[in-house]
Amino acid sequence: MLKDFFGKSKYVTVERKSRSRRDKDRIKSNKEENKREMPDDLWTKCKRCKEIIFNKKLSEHLKVCPSCGHHFRLTATERISLLVDDQWFEEYDEELEADNPLDFPKYDSKINKYQKKTGLKDAVVTGIAKISGHKVSLAALDSRFLMGSMNSVVGEKLTLAIERAIEKQLPLIIVAGGGGGARMYEGMFSLMQMAKTSAALKRLDKAGGLFISILTDPTYGGISASFASLGDINIAEPGAKIGFAGPRVIKQTINRDLPEGFQTAEFLLEHGMIDKVVKRSDLKNVLAKILSIHDLRGEDNGE
Amino acid sequence: MASNYLDFEKPLVELEAKIQELRNFMEMKDIDLTDEIERLKSRTTTLREEIFSQLEPWQVLQIARHPERPVTLDYINLICDDFIELHGDRQFGDDKALIGGIGTIGRMPVTIIGHQKGKTTKDNIERNFGMAHPEGYRKALRLMKQAEKFNRPIVALINTPGAYPGLGAEERGQAEAIAKNMMEMAGIDVPIIVVILGEGGSGGALGIGVGDKVMMLEYTYYSVCSPEACAAILWKDAKEAKAAAKALKITANDLLELGIIDTIVSEPPGGAHKDYNLSAQLLKEEIMKEIEFLQTLSKEELLDNRYNKFRKMGQVKEKVGEIVEK
Ligand SMILES: [Zn+2]
Repeated sequence: MLKDFFGKSKYVTVERKSRSRRDKDRIKSNKEENKREMPDDLWTKCKRCKEIIFNKKLSEHLKVCPSCGHHFRLTATERISLLVDDQWFEEYDEELEADNPLDFPKYDSKINKYQKKTGLKDAVVTGIAKISGHKVSLAALDSRFLMGSMNSVVGEKLTLAIERAIEKQLPLIIVAGGGGGARMYEGMFSLMQMAKTSAALKRLDKAGGLFISILTDPTYGGISASFASLGDINIAEPGAKIGFAGPRVIKQTINRDLPEGFQTAEFLLEHGMIDKVVKRSDLKNVLAKILSIHDLRGEDNGE
Repeated sequence: MASNYLDFEKPLVELEAKIQELRNFMEMKDIDLTDEIERLKSRTTTLREEIFSQLEPWQVLQIARHPERPVTLDYINLICDDFIELHGDRQFGDDKALIGGIGTIGRMPVTIIGHQKGKTTKDNIERNFGMAHPEGYRKALRLMKQAEKFNRPIVALINTPGAYPGLGAEERGQAEAIAKNMMEMAGIDVPIIVVILGEGGSGGALGIGVGDKVMMLEYTYYSVCSPEACAAILWKDAKEAKAAAKALKITANDLLELGIIDTIVSEPPGGAHKDYNLSAQLLKEEIMKEIEFLQTLSKEELLDNRYNKFRKMGQVKEKVGEIVEK
C-alpha cells in the first residue's frame, strides 16, 4: 500500500555527532574528483572571454575567471567548503536516494550514472554549518546532478533542512542552482515538492526564522518558482542566469530574439526581484554581516 | 455536432449518424423504425461507456483540451447565481487569463479564482489561452487574502497549459509570483478547494493549487510538464507525446492512486462538454460537501492537515537495515 510508503519513517532525521572529520575528507576528495572532470587536467577555457586559465589559478580564484570575472558553476561540496568555517559542516539525510516511483523508463540508470559522476546520492547536500561563527541550516544544490532538478529526494531534504531551522531556531541558507526545474522522471511527485518546500518556508516565516536564498547559475522553473524566490533576502551571483521559463521556450513563444542581459542576476536586480548581486569572493562576508545583524541564537549557538 | 469529435469517438459518431439517418427515413417514408432506433441508441450508450472506461492518458488529454469543453466562467455561472467578478492586482494590471470574484454557492459565500480560457480564437487571444502572468497570480493572492479576512472559503479552478513564458512575465517575476502564492496558500486559514477543470499545466497550475482538498474532473490531466515537452526533451521527438503522457502518470485515476489528489469528480457520459449543466451540478455537490466538512475543523486543524497533506508527498528510497552511525 502506498500509505505505508508515506509512513513516518520518511520524517525521521538521523542525528549524528562529530562527523566533521569525515566530511572534511569527503569535501577534499570530491574536490579532487571535480578537478579531474575539467575538460583538461591542467587548464580550462573561459566560456565568456575564451581565455585559457590554469586550473590551479582558477581554483585559487574560487572558480571565477581572473580576466573577465565570469563565475564558473560550483559543485555542492565546493560551495559548502567556500562558505563554512574551517570545513565546519555536519551533513544530514545523506542516505536518501531516488526511488523511481513512476517506473519511468531509464530513470534508474540515469540516477546511477549521475551518482557515479558526482559522488552524490542526489542533487542536494544539506546539513548544519558554521559561517563566520554563526550556526546555520545550510543546503546547496548541485547543478551537475540531472541539471540540479528537484525530485522527491531534493524536496524532502530541503524540507527537512527547513524544519531543522525551525526546530533548532537556526537561520536557513539555501544555495540554489538548477536549470532542470521540477524533475520530469518523478512526474507530479516532483511538482509537489514546490508546494512542500514553500509550505515549510511558510512555517519558518511564521516562526520568525531568517531565510537567505542564494541564487546561482542556473536557477529556473520549479526551483526559481518555489523556495529560491522566497528568501527574506535574495542574493545572486554576478551573471547567473535566473528565470521562470527557459530562454529557448520564451524565444519560441514570442518569436523574436531576447534582449541582451535578459534573465541575468543584474536583470533581476534591475526589476526588483533580488536584493543584491554579490561577487563570490564577497559572499561569505556579506552573509556574515546579515547573520550578525539578525543575530539569531540557536539552542546551542553559544559555544 | 459531429464536427468536433476525437478520433476514438468515431464509432460513436457513426452510430449517431445512423440513428439520424433512420429518423429522417422514418419521417420521409412514414415507416415505424422506433425499435431499431432504440436498439441503436442503447448500443451507443454501451459503446460509449466501454470506450470511455478504457481511455489512454493521451485520449484523456484530448478531452481535457477539447475546444467545446466548459471553461471556468461557464462553471462559475452555473454554480453561483450571483457571481461578481473583481479585477486587478493593485500593482500592475488585470490579467484576463486568471480571474476571480465573490459569490455564493448554495447559501455559502465563497471567493472563486481560476484560469480562464477562451473558446473562439478571438476569445482565446484575449484570455492568452489561459496562460497567466504574474499580475494574475498576484490578483489571485489579493482575493484569497480578502477571503481570509472575511472568513470565506476559497474555490480555485485550474485550467491552464502553464504560466505564460514571455518577456513581461519574466520582468515582473513570474517565478516569484507563483512561489509566493504556494507559500501563502499554505497559511491562509479558510478552507481551500482546488479543482482541475481541464488542463493542470505544471507550476502555472500549482500557483493556485495548494489547498485542503484537491479534486480532478474525470477527464482532465495534471502534469509536471506537457507530454509534448517531455517527449521533446527526453525522447528528442514530440511525436512520442503519447508515450510521455502514459509515463508521466497524469490522469485523475493515476494521481488518486499516487496520493496527489483526493477526489475524482464524475463527468457526464462522453465528457463535460456533452452536458454543461450536469457537469456543473456534479461539481457543485462535491464542492459543497467538502466545504461543509472543512468548516467543522478548527483553524489549527485545517492548517495542520493542509501542511501534512503536502508534507507527505514524494517517495524516496532508504536503505533498509543500514547501520546508522552514532
Ligand atoms: Zn573569462
